[in-house]
Amino acid sequence: MPILNALVQGILLGGLFAMAALGLSIAFGVLRVVNLAHGEIMTLGAYLAAVTLTATGLNVWVSLLVVVPLMGFVGYWVQRAVLQRALRLSELSPLLVTFGISIIIPNVLIELFTTNKRLIPAGDLAVQSITIVDGITIGVLPLLTMVLALVLIAGMQLFLARTRLGQYMRAAADDSDTLRLMGVDYRKVYAFAMGIAFAVAALAGVFFGMRQGGVTPFDGQLTVLFAFEAVIIGGLGSLWGTLAGGIVLGVAQTVAGVVSPELPLLVGNLVFIAILVFRPTGIVQSKVAV
Amino acid sequence: MTELIPGSIRVDRYRQKTLVTGVTIAAIFTLLALAPYAIDPSITSTWIKLFYLITLATMWNLLAGYAGMVSVGQQAYIGLGAYGLFVFNDLGFDPYSSALIASAVVGLIALPLSFVAFRLRGGYFAIGTWVIAESIRQIVIRFDSLGAGRGRSISNYTEDPILRNLFTYWLALGILALALAGTFFLLRSRLGIALQSIRDNEIGARALGINVNRTKRVVFVVAAIGASLVGSVICLQSIGVASPSQIFSVSYSAFMIFMVLIGGIGTIEGPILGAVIYFVMDLYFSQLGLWYLVALGVLAVLVTLFLPKGIWGELSSRFNITLFPVGHRVIATLPVATTANVDVAEPTPTPVS
Repeated sequence: MPILNALVQGILLGGLFAMAALGLSIAFGVLRVVNLAHGEIMTLGAYLAAVTLTATGLNVWVSLLVVVPLMGFVGYWVQRAVLQRALRLSELSPLLVTFGISIIIPNVLIELFTTNKRLIPAGDLAVQSITIVDGITIGVLPLLTMVLALVLIAGMQLFLARTRLGQYMRAAADDSDTLRLMGVDYRKVYAFAMGIAFAVAALAGVFFGMRQGGVTPFDGQLTVLFAFEAVIIGGLGSLWGTLAGGIVLGVAQTVAGVVSPELPLLVGNLVFIAILVFRPTGIVQSKVAV
Repeated sequence: MTELIPGSIRVDRYRQKTLVTGVTIAAIFTLLALAPYAIDPSITSTWIKLFYLITLATMWNLLAGYAGMVSVGQQAYIGLGAYGLFVFNDLGFDPYSSALIASAVVGLIALPLSFVAFRLRGGYFAIGTWVIAESIRQIVIRFDSLGAGRGRSISNYTEDPILRNLFTYWLALGILALALAGTFFLLRSRLGIALQSIRDNEIGARALGINVNRTKRVVFVVAAIGASLVGSVICLQSIGVASPSQIFSVSYSAFMIFMVLIGGIGTIEGPILGAVIYFVMDLYFSQLGLWYLVALGVLAVLVTLFLPKGIWGELSSRFNITLFPVGHRVIATLPVATTANVDVAEPTPTPVS
């Protein structure tokens, strides 16, 4: 039963990882930019939520209404002002720029908020749970996270397939110059994609913070690895693959946690390495050109 | 090396300049090696950091600047070098031999790891190396004999602090000399020409029949060995490892990236300059605490965006200077000139870097 329980919890944890990885998938899929600062963007989102909470006294769900659009706006302008220039220079430049950003954010956060954990109270949801059978209890928060991850992925797929902007994004991913010839400024399309990536990352950061009970400036170093691992385990370019990758990682970590509380991270990493060696294309082959 | 094509041109590899540079560098290193006899050891021991910073920057530049591999996982090999020193020291070797043996072992470990890392490209390669580094740290801290999560000190080490500093100084200097000479001759070799062509255009290089993966693999392993030696030096200097998360810290990669970017990526001189700049900045500004790191990050971003060739790259393209010539140039010679005389005629030297 403990193993079965771990399996269920792992699948739910996978929802969180998938949500964390979604922004990364979008940025890579549309812009071919690997955002090394992705984890730090999540942390920044969580801090913004925590600050909004203390400033206004509202609950965390209301704070999301502020944080998510704000981070989307930040993402849009980071792309337009900084990354667009880096994209033109060379393949390495966006990597180096985002790595630079990943150094800046945590150190600024430490200076502003110290290294102490900043609480993100999730209210009643944090403690509520549903008992399915004896020994298997599902927390409402992880369940909600999973549902939200599913909604986000499905929504993103629909957005890319059906809307005009989504079509532009797929076109920009394929051939930005031709898109420009068609009269669409691909730089704006890129910026919108980055805006979405930042907004989703911030959302995932807040959920990660709620799960941990709070956020520290160092969380980004951990979450960026989880997010990347989920993307690569799932297979590049497939949003549903990202979900599968998140679930594989989540299950690996929780099951390892049953054996020993020191093992989850190591086993998660080893599973990632094993997938790289034995199935480098990821577990889900990409069909959609995202 | 000078090849005569009858009547018109010949290819020059800057042999004279290389000789001058070589002699100068050798003289500088001899002076540095003798420095502890003239200058107070407490001063010279602060240079150890400069030596290993230049080594790290040079190695990272080989990876990213020439082979196009942005690694943020070099701390894996730094940590392994430090912990490898414990392992061989415990087996009865003196700390300095342990450092050398450990570096060879790290090279052997890096070889299979390259097969894992090379599954990924670009940014995913970067994260892949980071994951590998994290995994190695998590494995190392599971060994109680290595101090588990707490770090440990070198058990079998000489008591005399002056002697200790001296030997560490010479080791660090020797490693630096090895790294610089190795890089220089590597880049002048056939492999180096392959590397430079990969740097300029990977697909083009592949089309010309260069075995890109094998070339990259050599660099990956060499960089790992270099990082391992530096890890041993860091460990020797502080007589142990304070904590595994420190020696396996990703900030080492951040510093390497910073030094190479500021100095000039893809040149031999750039990382040296960058390391010196970083060393000086570190001396004066590190008491500013984390804002200093923030400033480093901002500077790295700005340099990437607005000075992509770095300080040295900018200088060398403006004034056409190179200290370490690794390129070729084609020189038009007079049709009557049949012997390779460097002074004959250099109407329009066209440097090809």
